[in-house]
Amino acid sequence: MTDASINTQIIEPEASFGDYVALLKPRVMSLVVFTALVGLLAAPVGVHPMIGFASILFIAVGAGASGALNMWWDADIDAVMKRTAKRPVPAGKVAPGEALAVGVALSGFSVVMLALAANMVSAALLAFTIFFYAVIYTMWLKRWTPQNIVIGGAAGAFPPMIGWAVATGGIGLESVLMFLLIFIWTPPHFWALALFMNADYEKAGVPMLTVTHGRRVTRNNILGYTVLLAPLAVGTGFTSIGGPVYLAVSLVLNALFLLGAFRIWRRDEETCQADKYKVEKSFFGLSLLYLFLHFGAILAEAALRPYGLGGWG
Amino acid sequence: MSFRATHELHNRRAGRNIGLALVLLGFIVIVFGLTVVKVTNGDPMQAFDHAPRPEMMPGATPVQGD
Repeated sequence: MTDASINTQIIEPEASFGDYVALLKPRVMSLVVFTALVGLLAAPVGVHPMIGFASILFIAVGAGASGALNMWWDADIDAVMKRTAKRPVPAGKVAPGEALAVGVALSGFSVVMLALAANMVSAALLAFTIFFYAVIYTMWLKRWTPQNIVIGGAAGAFPPMIGWAVATGGIGLESVLMFLLIFIWTPPHFWALALFMNADYEKAGVPMLTVTHGRRVTRNNILGYTVLLAPLAVGTGFTSIGGPVYLAVSLVLNALFLLGAFRIWRRDEETCQADKYKVEKSFFGLSLLYLFLHFGAILAEAALRPYGLGGWG
Repeated sequence: MSFRATHELHNRRAGRNIGLALVLLGFIVIVFGLTVVKVTNGDPMQAFDHAPRPEMMPGATPVQGD
């Protein structure tokens, strides 16, 4: 008799702790933490630092949960695109069912904990954000309409509103303006990326505007949304969250952003290919700075307020 | 008797267990912190208990030891 046998056991992939962290999209989470924190600190009512800290943490966990649900649903197209192929699910590190379980469990956890730590309004907004991102955007709109980015941008725009609701327990003009700032900023930001990353989306069959309507229409849309964004961003400077610092920053950034969008609008494909999308790439870089500095300026106004320097007096 | 050498998989599992332990520990600290803040924030520590309690009426002077 021999001991020799064939090992027919299928080895399941075992994820490391870092793979589960990657499932929560930490880079998106860091943006959510920043904007939610600005919303919280810009609010006219203060909260205890412990409650503020815990609330921001639960908002971040909620954002991570929706990221995990997105990775579970989108594993097939993530595997095709170079930018996303190394994500834990398409890379085979985390099983799809596990990603779903992590997403659902953390969604429920974050909403309940935010309701207990802060209030029902902020918890309801967080629940709606997760639903909007995971179901409306990921499952429905992303593969169906070239306006996916426009409507999906709403999910990324909610965090400052949630932060504001943590402090005030409600929704105000200022929190809606912060929402609109991210909401209208998203299309030009993503379409600039799509202009020089087109091949990836085309391969995955995602109906990006560049794929469905061509680059000319995308360029027109970038300019259109940027023109819409400028008065809104500058106008926010005259509300209670704005002030001289914000207004100065916003005026400079919007002038640069409009100039960039205008240059993108004027270009044709031949020129772009000749200089390897130089203008589009620099516009994309500027868009990141644009959002970061606008929220940074709102934060600066809030930080100066106790010294009688922030806001309009 | 000899022990088998630690496999890379064991290291990964250990890392996952330590990670989870730290997350749970962090959660305990946060819930404790939230509880302390909410209890000491000046909120009333008594609630309706099917019996009238004058000290809970608005404007009532605090009872000694309350």
